[in-house]
Amino acid sequence: MAKTVVSRQSAVVSRGRQSQSPVAAPAKKSPLELDRLIHERLRLGIVSALAVNERLSFNDLKDLLQTTDGNLSVHARKLEEADYIVCEKGFEGRVPRTEYHLTAAGRRALEKYLAHMEAIIKATKG
Amino acid sequence: MAQPQPIQAHALDDLRYIRDTMSRAGTGPFTAIPGWGGVLMGATALAAAFAAGPPDNSVRWIGIWFAEAFVAVVIALGGMTIKSRRAGSSLWTSSTGAPAFRFALGFVPPLVAGIVLTPVFAMLDATARLPGSWLLLYGTAAATGGAYSVRVVPVMGLSFMALGTAAFAAPAEWGHWFMAAGFGGLHIVFGFIIARNYGG
Repeated sequence: MAKTVVSRQSAVVSRGRQSQSPVAAPAKKSPLELDRLIHERLRLGIVSALAVNERLSFNDLKDLLQTTDGNLSVHARKLEEADYIVCEKGFEGRVPRTEYHLTAAGRRALEKYLAHMEAIIKATKG
Repeated sequence: MAQPQPIQAHALDDLRYIRDTMSRAGTGPFTAIPGWGGVLMGATALAAAFAAGPPDNSVRWIGIWFAEAFVAVVIALGGMTIKSRRAGSSLWTSSTGAPAFRFALGFVPPLVAGIVLTPVFAMLDATARLPGSWLLLYGTAAATGGAYSVRVVPVMGLSFMALGTAAFAAPAEWGHWFMAAGFGGLHIVFGFIIARNYGG
């Protein structure tokens, strides 16, 4: 059985940088404004993949999105700071394992983003 | 200098990327089951049941139902293609292709079993018992393929299986009524449910 420790580091970081943090951004956005946080391609990929899986490991995500460790870490951290995903670090036997899962806020953000994209397509068609 | 991408093209590209990622992430269901296609298949099956009448050991009876099966396959494939195009993708691309492939892996083998068993039943003069076996095997196909689709599809499969089992227990000369109730009635009812709740 893997031991897990939920990483709270990101929450502390985000409180410390409230003026510039993406955490504050979603609350201030107008409903028509695009969620810039998941508009970025790799972050959109992370959220989409987690929307259809209860949890995915760092390596699963890296393979799925065909990206590098550094790139995935940076973008996953931004999503953590916005409370869109939660990172759980633990061990499987003696091997460290990092897993992510989507929060309710993250799922809502993806649903809003999808609705936004569909609205754009409808508006430009009509 | 690169031309800016039109906003609609960007939105479509984003939606494709999301679908593609979800599909590759491995659990995206096959959502292109055609509801209205199912209703149409039900209507042609009712016509076939009327034309074929009670099962006898004639080639004509089997021929009518094979022709109906061919028409149903054409309607189903056409309906799936239209439904996935309307959703902005194609059955054969990676975004819907992988779920469609998984669905087919579950759906096709029981149908092949039905095709293989049909001449066996005919040679044994047991054509009158084909309705039960066809309903049971089609139901199995929908239940197993439906495991990779929306929840109502396996429920439809189980309903067909129950009807097939009942057909085996009932007098053989009622076979056409079971065919009409299953391939006609169940297709119309579940087709309507799928069309209303799962986008056409």
